[in-house]
Amino acid sequence: MFYREAGQFKTSYQSDQAMFPILQDRIGMAVILAVAFIVVPLTANDFFLTSIMIPFLVFSLAAIGLNVLTGFCGQLSLGTGAFMGVGAYAAYKLTTIFPDVNVVLFVLISGFFSAGIGAIFGLPSLRIKGLYLAVTTLAAQFFLEWCFIRIPWLYNDNASGAIEVPKREMFGVIVSGAEATPLARYFVVLGITVFIAFLIANVLRGRIGRSWMMIRDMDIAAELMGIRPLQTKLMAFAVSSYICGVAGAMMVFFWLNAAEPSSYSINLSFQILFMVILGGLGSLSGAFLGAAFIWILPVMLKFIPSAIGLEIGAETVEHLTFMVVGGLIIFFLIVEPHGFARLWQIAKQKLRVWPFPY
Amino acid sequence: MLYDIFVDPFVQMYQMPDFFLQVLWEGFVAGILYALIALGFVLIFKASGVFNFAQGIMVVFAGLTLVGLHENGVPAFVALGLTIVVMGVLAYGIERVVMRPLVNQPDIILLMATIGLTYFLIGFGEFIFGGEPKRMIAEELWLPTGSTAFEFGERGLVILQHIDIAAAVIAIIMVAALGIFFNKTRIGRALRAVADDHQAALSVGISLNQIWAIVWFAAGLVALATGIMWGARSDVSFALEIVAFKALPVLILGGFTSIPGAIIGGLIIGFGEKIGELYWGGLVGGGIESWLAYIIALIFLLFRPQGLFGEKIIERV
Repeated sequence: MFYREAGQFKTSYQSDQAMFPILQDRIGMAVILAVAFIVVPLTANDFFLTSIMIPFLVFSLAAIGLNVLTGFCGQLSLGTGAFMGVGAYAAYKLTTIFPDVNVVLFVLISGFFSAGIGAIFGLPSLRIKGLYLAVTTLAAQFFLEWCFIRIPWLYNDNASGAIEVPKREMFGVIVSGAEATPLARYFVVLGITVFIAFLIANVLRGRIGRSWMMIRDMDIAAELMGIRPLQTKLMAFAVSSYICGVAGAMMVFFWLNAAEPSSYSINLSFQILFMVILGGLGSLSGAFLGAAFIWILPVMLKFIPSAIGLEIGAETVEHLTFMVVGGLIIFFLIVEPHGFARLWQIAKQKLRVWPFPY
Repeated sequence: MLYDIFVDPFVQMYQMPDFFLQVLWEGFVAGILYALIALGFVLIFKASGVFNFAQGIMVVFAGLTLVGLHENGVPAFVALGLTIVVMGVLAYGIERVVMRPLVNQPDIILLMATIGLTYFLIGFGEFIFGGEPKRMIAEELWLPTGSTAFEFGERGLVILQHIDIAAAVIAIIMVAALGIFFNKTRIGRALRAVADDHQAALSVGISLNQIWAIVWFAAGLVALATGIMWGARSDVSFALEIVAFKALPVLILGGFTSIPGAIIGGLIIGFGEKIGELYWGGLVGGGIESWLAYIIALIFLLFRPQGLFGEKIIERV
């Protein structure tokens, strides 16, 4: 009833191959973008922007990056946090060496460093797969984390060992550093996230994306049909790491202002992996839904006890949050192993046939 | 530079044999502890094909329960007994609540479920016992805590901690007991049958649910022993969780399904790590312990993907 595509005829190849062939999808996407670009900036306060919307977008982008690798190419990775770190440190080095160049450009370029390193650590994926591959990506995680600590050149020999984002302007507006307004940061983050999300959505529809999915579904069969596993897998690692690197750079430049090596620890990798799995493997909208769930839920949980008048110490709340998040992860895995994206599909089907059951 | 890499460490080893022996002993002890954690992984992986990320946190949880009970006035050995009961309840709960509804899901979902379990247990453990490190009650459990120094050569000195010797002995006893359990008892044979083929085991009347609960309980007991040993060396704290990841390269070396493999892999990693850190680590600024194990495993994987004792992986289209 509400979501019925009957009667929408496609009369040209162009309209058949459009990104959103269904009218309702186009309207829905336009509404989401309008909310993100117009309604949120007009209504949200600084707290909402800095502690919910900006991290949510950053994590969504990282989840998209991991989804490319794990969801679309079927290669399990636990090194996401470190690849994000590579992006952050690369962007930091670049912007301190060339202070006059636009910082957003550097955030986008830093992804290439991350992509190169990701491709190197993706090499073992040609011989091993599954859990074994997870261990090799763990090697990347711990090795790169060690590099962030032990190579002073990476953080310009700071005494603190952390990278602190300098003040940078874009078109006369301060976008990074401590003085930047949340609104300016929000627009930059939103712009980059939307840009990369649309870009990657198109890559996934095309030849490259389809060859990734072939590798994921059955690599030997894909090889027999003329997909080269070497190039395809390394490409997936590179693209995934590129996106994660950009997300990592955005994380420190537009959200945290300063980052230590421990910001890009294995826990970050797990967090992103949870977003991908709970959102739905192999689904871009799932990456956003998963990021919303994993990031916003703990923030909400912190406010629930005080909201209903319970006096609980901050530590206890922290512990309870861990418990609840862990429990909910297991709960959702049991209820819907295919993630929120599948729930959305089911909802669409219901909307399609409503008010009838079939 | 080449001299520093290829000659100098060996000269040092030759000139200071007592230090070298001490390093070997440290590596041996670290290896035993990695092996014990890996053992817990192997038990569960063999029986259910689940890669249990929560093993590390189970070690912490078992240690915390033991210490926490003792702090509240329970005598040491009663606390030990109660902890075993708690691990049994935990095993049954995990089987009933987490594993049973997730039968037949892909590996990655089960892996994620155990990571979810890790989060839950971290929160639960901290909620009940608090987050600060605790001292393990080694003396109360009649574990030796002193140390013996051996004269070595003319001026050398090698120091052995008694607790480490006890850890090694207990690890050997545990592996032997598990070996007997797997090979000689009825339940052990059922476990091996399940490991071989789930459906065939079901068809001859073996209850999968029961077997899984038993296996998780056995892994819980291994976790408890590891927790006591590790806790006696350093404090019981959640920092242990990161160290537990070291069990993964151990498994890769030893093979995911082999109990002797877990032990030998643990020892290789333990030795390699300590020797690498002390003789070569200085060249790159130290601290290479955190990743050396993974790199060893990575190189090893390139040549022998199934591990030292693992079953050969055969793929068919």
